[in-house]
Amino acid sequence: MPRCRPCWVSDRALTGLLAVGLIATLILGAAVGPFALSPATVLAVLAGERSDPQAVAVLLNIRLPRVLAAAVVGAALAAAGAAYQTVFRNPLVSPDILGVSAGAGFGAVLGILLGLPVMAIQMLGFGMGLATVGLVIGLTLALRGGGQVLMIVLCGIAIGALAGAGISLVKLLADPEQQLPAITFWLMGSLAGAKRADVAAALPALLIGILPLLALRWRIGLLAMGDDESRAMGVDAARLRVLVIACATLMTAAAVAMAGVIGWVGLMVPHMARLLTGPRFDRLLPAAILIGAGFMVLVDTAARTIATLEVPLGILTAVLGAPVFVWLLAKGARAWSE
Amino acid sequence: MIHLRLLTAALLLAAPAVAQDRIVTDATGRAVSVPADPARVFAAGPPAATLLYTLKPDAMVGWVTASKPADKPFLRPQAADLPALGRLTGRGDTLNLEVLLSARPDLIVDYGTVNATYADLAGRIQDQAGVPYVLIDGSFADMTEGIRRMANLLAVPDRGEVLAAYTERTLADLDALLAGIPQDARPTVYLARGPEGLETPARGSINAEIIERVGAVNVAQAETRGLATVSPEQVQAWAPEVIITIDRDFAANVGTMPEWQGIPAVKNGRVYLAPAAPFGFIDAPPSVNRLIGLTWLAHKLYPDAATGDLRAEVARFYDLFYGVRPDDAALSALLGE
Repeated sequence: MPRCRPCWVSDRALTGLLAVGLIATLILGAAVGPFALSPATVLAVLAGERSDPQAVAVLLNIRLPRVLAAAVVGAALAAAGAAYQTVFRNPLVSPDILGVSAGAGFGAVLGILLGLPVMAIQMLGFGMGLATVGLVIGLTLALRGGGQVLMIVLCGIAIGALAGAGISLVKLLADPEQQLPAITFWLMGSLAGAKRADVAAALPALLIGILPLLALRWRIGLLAMGDDESRAMGVDAARLRVLVIACATLMTAAAVAMAGVIGWVGLMVPHMARLLTGPRFDRLLPAAILIGAGFMVLVDTAARTIATLEVPLGILTAVLGAPVFVWLLAKGARAWSE
Repeated sequence: MIHLRLLTAALLLAAPAVAQDRIVTDATGRAVSVPADPARVFAAGPPAATLLYTLKPDAMVGWVTASKPADKPFLRPQAADLPALGRLTGRGDTLNLEVLLSARPDLIVDYGTVNATYADLAGRIQDQAGVPYVLIDGSFADMTEGIRRMANLLAVPDRGEVLAAYTERTLADLDALLAGIPQDARPTVYLARGPEGLETPARGSINAEIIERVGAVNVAQAETRGLATVSPEQVQAWAPEVIITIDRDFAANVGTMPEWQGIPAVKNGRVYLAPAAPFGFIDAPPSVNRLIGLTWLAHKLYPDAATGDLRAEVARFYDLFYGVRPDDAALSALLGE
């Protein structure tokens, strides 16, 4: 299939190139920040030098966990977006489609309203994100839509709207002096408070979500052909679809619980990847993961360096995402339709 | 003609003695007809509610937000249990006008920022509800004048004079103290809010005004004059010598949070939790409650130069302004000692 992707580079070389690019963004992310650390100091600390306790604290407790958190969030959102787009056979689908962001958002703002500790806020967000999608799938099954795409999406819209109403209610009840700014900022997405413990908590969810997707990526790709065709190839479309949704939801909920609501990444990055790989999911997924991680690290680096105050990630991804997305559409409308 | 005007003016000035409406000009330049002796007053926002409580607690019809259990021991019993009615100013809650009217206020007062939005809001509510609505400038620099104006409006000029005199003396004492402290001996301060301590009022924000008034340097210079969210790395880069926080959790945990280690304030044990009952020392609300915050900050920021007994001063302030003198145990709990 020579037309599926540019012929000048093999799959393996492309993955290698993207991995190198990701490592470059990680190094850039570690090297810059508002606390002045020379590249030599950064390298020395990374190499095990411990003579300057403040440099060690800044680099190992603040900057590196945050860079890694950005990579995890970007990889999770991009992989989830690619999976959702393939499963629903629709290029306009993003990981929010089944209400996971709204559900996780509702859980987290509820945690802020109740004045819970930060870790509990994140766990509540994670749990509510999963519960929302669980409710959507359960509702679909109860309505005998059994894994039908349209039924799942419509239930997702309904439950997502409920969660959105819950968020509005919490905002109304929140203390406007202290809780409301925190809620508003959280809903715009940020990694300002990312810690080692957060990365350690989110990483297992990412791996549990991403490994089955990688292992089953050929079968999942068949879903894009439609239920009848994939059944002819020996794939139970409805069951596989629910598995993919579960994996993608797990990753998205973990990302939203840690970083807040960050739009556009899950929608846009799969399209960027598709330009390089073509629409086949087995090629698309690894590229989307690597591009998503690198993209998020770059955006977060901008978020913490372009101004003294933290720029919410959701604002940056939208400002960057909308024009890039239009450009991608103009340039690569072919890539999806083929 | 001139005589007639003088006569009218004299009558107007003498008006508090008789139950007759007066015309006052508020901070936005609106001429408002108000009762001679307002008996049921609604405060439009938390700063106004605090000032109203200190001047004429018997005239309050409610609070903006309900008093917390921790606040009640420091409030006059008859005022502590007044209902929460909501707010007319600022972000968030909006008061239902019918709720406002069912509290039967004869005057609405606001104390705080004066701008076109608030002026417009005042005019609209007054037209809609038919209750006179008066705005008084609540800036820190004008605090003494603000107290006097509010006291005259509420027809308690004597009470206002007592509080204004205390305010004048406190500010004069502070200025005398600051005159002896060179610029390089004034600490850099970071104001931490939120459980993570990452929300901070930037320089120029009304929530950080007190830091500038007490002569210290607010490290948070950002692209906003409001509340900024920053990263721990940014705080590390600012390297504040003192951290003032209003969040109990943050104050308790900052010593063990890895991303806060190495900051001079944390290293030297100069993280202070500002008392918050019944009103905050730093802001929350930005009203006359900040006066005792000034004294407290002077003792925390300039421990060698500050004179006087902080505990005694806090007790005197609470007695004078809030009408409740805290005993030793209450003082210790309040000040976290």
